[in-house]
Amino acid sequence: MSMDIHATHDLNDAHAGHHDHEHHHEESFVSKYVFSMDHKTISRQFLITAVIMAVVGMMMSVMFRLQLAWPHEGFALTNFILGDKWAPKGVLDPNMYMALVTLHGTIMVFMVLTGGLSGTFSNLLIPYQVGARDMASGFLNMLSYWFFFASSMVMLLSCFIESGPASGGWTVYPPLSAVAEFMPGSGLGMTMWLVSMSLFIVSSLLGGLNYIITVINFRTKGMSMTRLPLTIWAFFITAILGVLSFPVLFSAALLLIFDRSFGTSFYLSDIIVNGAPLEQTGGSPILYQHLFWFLGHPEVYIILLPALGLASEIISVNSRKPIFGYRAMIGSMLAIGFLSFIVWGHHMFITGMNPFLGSVFVFTTLLIAIPSAVKAFNYITTLWKGNIQFTPAMLFAVGLVSTFISGGVTGIILADSALDIPIHDTYFVVAHFHIVMGLSAILGMIGGVYHWFPKLFLRKMNKTMGYIHFWITFVCAYGVFFPMHFLGLAGVPRRYYTNSEVPMFDNLMDINVLITCFAILAALGQVLFLFNFFYSMFRGEKSEQNPYNANTLEWTTPMKHTHGNWPGALPVVHRWPYDYSKPGEEADFIPQTVPLRPGEVDGGGHH
Amino acid sequence: MVQLLIYLAIVLLIVAVAQLARVFELASALKGGLKNKPTERDNRINGILWMVYLIAFFAFIIWQLLSYGPRMLPEAASDTGVKLDWLFNFNMIIIFIVFVITHVILFYFAFKYYGRDKNRATFFPHNNRLELIWTSVPAAVLAVIIFLGLKLWSEITTPANDKTSEVIEIYTKQFDFTVRYAGADNTLGKANYKLVQGANILGLDSTDTNGCDDKIVKGELHLPLNKEISFKIRSQDVIHSVYFPYHRAQMNSVPGMTTLIHFKPTISTAEMRKKLKNDKFDYWILCNKICGTSHYAMKLMVVVETPEEYSAWLKKQPEFMPKATASLPPAPAAVEPKKEEKGM
Repeated sequence: MSMDIHATHDLNDAHAGHHDHEHHHEESFVSKYVFSMDHKTISRQFLITAVIMAVVGMMMSVMFRLQLAWPHEGFALTNFILGDKWAPKGVLDPNMYMALVTLHGTIMVFMVLTGGLSGTFSNLLIPYQVGARDMASGFLNMLSYWFFFASSMVMLLSCFIESGPASGGWTVYPPLSAVAEFMPGSGLGMTMWLVSMSLFIVSSLLGGLNYIITVINFRTKGMSMTRLPLTIWAFFITAILGVLSFPVLFSAALLLIFDRSFGTSFYLSDIIVNGAPLEQTGGSPILYQHLFWFLGHPEVYIILLPALGLASEIISVNSRKPIFGYRAMIGSMLAIGFLSFIVWGHHMFITGMNPFLGSVFVFTTLLIAIPSAVKAFNYITTLWKGNIQFTPAMLFAVGLVSTFISGGVTGIILADSALDIPIHDTYFVVAHFHIVMGLSAILGMIGGVYHWFPKLFLRKMNKTMGYIHFWITFVCAYGVFFPMHFLGLAGVPRRYYTNSEVPMFDNLMDINVLITCFAILAALGQVLFLFNFFYSMFRGEKSEQNPYNANTLEWTTPMKHTHGNWPGALPVVHRWPYDYSKPGEEADFIPQTVPLRPGEVDGGGHH
Repeated sequence: MVQLLIYLAIVLLIVAVAQLARVFELASALKGGLKNKPTERDNRINGILWMVYLIAFFAFIIWQLLSYGPRMLPEAASDTGVKLDWLFNFNMIIIFIVFVITHVILFYFAFKYYGRDKNRATFFPHNNRLELIWTSVPAAVLAVIIFLGLKLWSEITTPANDKTSEVIEIYTKQFDFTVRYAGADNTLGKANYKLVQGANILGLDSTDTNGCDDKIVKGELHLPLNKEISFKIRSQDVIHSVYFPYHRAQMNSVPGMTTLIHFKPTISTAEMRKKLKNDKFDYWILCNKICGTSHYAMKLMVVVETPEEYSAWLKKQPEFMPKATASLPPAPAAVEPKKEEKGM
């Protein structure tokens, strides 16, 4: 699979030459820090915006968890944030509850875990790790951030309108989301949601195209595809998934906009609104679900694959061993990526779809479990006989492996259409997807922040705070989501404002209280992280060039942000990135730029 | 106000912890170590913490099983439900074993191989045999899971025989369920949403004589014990879901379609009350697809009774369009073929 294109080298070099001549092109504050076209600045912009959105998303979850644990009780916090209209006497209004649940999901899935994971780390690491001066198009890259920012702003602004933000769940199924009369949030709030998501999709597409082209065309001399770190493989496959699936979400949103505002009936038929039949007929709400989930499923892998890529790197560097099964890891990511396109129907088993079609989706979904299992076993084997350096990032990476397994195995239950019947849309599903996304992917993202902080901000984060942050987070993490499996098996549905209106759930209230207490503790633990993050950005210990003795190219750049990454010529690569503790070599690491000794074989024994 | 002060105190406490951590770092740096680089001591402490966590984690899970286990749903109250519960337990045992083994190994390795200064890792980049084993073993296990799952799915989704089962319609709208019984002819009369007006809440078509003996009931769903029930599900406005937690059955109601589900209730309300030693126990249908503001309050009580009690109760319910039956001959027992319906 060696794609050593010499033309690539010339392309990069010509670019370098251009830079030498243009050494003094003046940058204003605006062009350097605001509308920057430098991938490093853009990655920081993505990260900080995502961190802020994560705080918003987390605050929302605290507020609705308070309501679930102590229904109809007033909280000063809720009234302070939401005001007298949405939280009179501190009691959360049912419509605002639904809005918070909707926005929590939307913000966390898209802004934080897609924008914050892919946006930050693809931008930071792709040019560095492939040995390029910058992304293929700095201009499109800059636009991808500003569309992301605009999307986030519109989503936040939708919180302040009179009829409230979108409230039909983050999946916003029509007809509920199509007709404003069905729910206040389906009015202007839903329109703003659609605008925000459209902007987000543009951002994702611009970014994704950049990532793909840079990985294919801008690898430095010697950087064949099989010498790429697994982070790059992950971002590359993720970007392909995004480019192919986000446009379908856009089409779903566009048809919904048409149904809402232009009298079409893509999703609508046989509906009565306020006692009168709706004009629009002939459509089906199931069409929306197909279109939504055609993105929706790849989306969760768009979230997970980058986190897995980051974990591969963090685990390998900190175990001082190659990642076990490099080629199997690539193969499994390719398999996951491909299969992720043909499993979307497992979100729709209970819609009344043709049962045979359901069977097909059962089969493909259970297939995806196989490459996922391979990855989990490979991570564990990487730890075996390692010499593990427990940086905070390493702790988070091990936590990712644990939650990937826990969340993954409940996926096997849900993938079985028959078993899905009694647990669909219950808290069992909520537990599953939170453990894989809200834990596994987020742990990967946080680990990535700790690990690459020196590249992002030229400083280190405080490790003691990092340790405390990890252990609080990891304890509370399972404390919040493990009990939810039991709630689901007790029949508790999702998206219920309260469980106190159903007598059969009266004896489960203590479970809700436990979950909420852990959630509050988890939120407080994140305050420690935020302090560490923002403080270390300015006053953290200055980092040395290669603080982890790692092999990949980002650690060969100087410790000041250099336009064009390497002040002189681009690095030349001679080996794969995983020569840690290689026998016959004194140091326990060999950077990719070190030439092979005579007789030395590259790539962990592959020929 | 007091609450806000408490929150402020908590935030300040966290900042205090942060400052302590910084002091700790400075102190250890003064002792000669590199700041913010894990020392062997850091590695050992965290390694041990992984083992502590392993024990605490499993203790927590066992505690939950003991404390929450008895409060899960009781034995399934339908024929398909019993089979689903069996399959569920079968799958759970498999995944639980995988979960335990992988977690023990993961956390044990994190402990055993914590970094010591004098140690060097073992260069072990790949092993094709291992990869083959842990690809083919999961594949084999999953093949069994898929086979059993699809077998049951196919059984559940094969439509009921409307001639021999009791046909009942469940009609959903924001925010309640309405039930329509098909009457003596066991055939539901045609309905059209355009006819919904005033008292005709289900939009029944009065020209269809099959609908003359239909009975519309709100507030309770009565079901005959040990008889196959064939549900036809419709919706007036948005997608809802008819969820029978105790019967392990669920199906969305979709405007523009009729969806289907069928099962045989096997435990009557009275029997279940005896089993659970709870006089107040009832079966429920809960709405399980977000449908608007009062989604959380949309439910319907289900009463499962002996066929005799059921007939007696049904006789007492009024027919919706009784005028028609007076002037028309009794509807024949044979059923006309109906247009294709989607779902189970």
